[in-house]
Amino acid sequence: MQLVAFYIFAALSVLGAILMVTRKNPLGGAVALVVSLASLAALFAMLHAEFVFILQILLYAGAIMVLIIFTIMLLNLSREELKEPPVGKVKGLFILAATVVGLVGFIRVLRLLPEGTEYVAPTFGNIEKVGTMMLTDYLYPFEIISVLLLVAIVGVVLLAKKII
Amino acid sequence: MVTIHHYMTLSAILFFIGVFGVLYRRNLIVIFMSIELMLNAVNLSFVTFARYTQSMDGHVVAFFVMALAAAEAAVGLAILVMIFRNRATVQADDLRLMRD
Repeated sequence: MQLVAFYIFAALSVLGAILMVTRKNPLGGAVALVVSLASLAALFAMLHAEFVFILQILLYAGAIMVLIIFTIMLLNLSREELKEPPVGKVKGLFILAATVVGLVGFIRVLRLLPEGTEYVAPTFGNIEKVGTMMLTDYLYPFEIISVLLLVAIVGVVLLAKKII
Repeated sequence: MVTIHHYMTLSAILFFIGVFGVLYRRNLIVIFMSIELMLNAVNLSFVTFARYTQSMDGHVVAFFVMALAAAEAAVGLAILVMIFRNRATVQADDLRLMRD
């Protein structure tokens, strides 16, 4: 049963990713990426990661994708502006071959991993536990991330101004 | 039973689709979305390892990656809008100011 659910969501996420990479119009690609991210959220839930699941929906499929779609609509690109210079046949095939070889090699290496157990502790993935960890073991990274977000906000405001 | 191999293979596939997008496409928005996809694939492997080693550090790191992605999205899209405002293009090949 779990395996069937896994295959459905895995297929959806790969399909969305492939559509995103191949669509000419970035708006269609963005919608495909939302599908991919949402099915990844389902996989996070299957992995007992409640906190990451909620954040994936809220932050990724919600906030970040809305930002990207807003930008695409704001730019309002015409058909000529979307036209990409064609990639040479040799170059395109080379890129495809390099990607596939990298993928196959990676999967080969992954086979060395132990299979892992089915056992999951009943408290595993508890949001309370994640929060405690974040404010004890990972306190300094947590603070640094908040400084990073502040810097990003200031930078964006500066960039978005017409005259600096 | 869904093993660690299933999840890690999916993560690798998604990551390399993202790599292909970055290398092959010339549209800055699509390149940007491919980077987001790669970050998500890495997140999946973090959460997978957290699940199969029964330690929740992976969840915290996945949260940090998401915060980084949010900052990157904000700055990246602002730069994209600036480029379009000044140069009226979103093609990576047109941006060659430093080359010639």
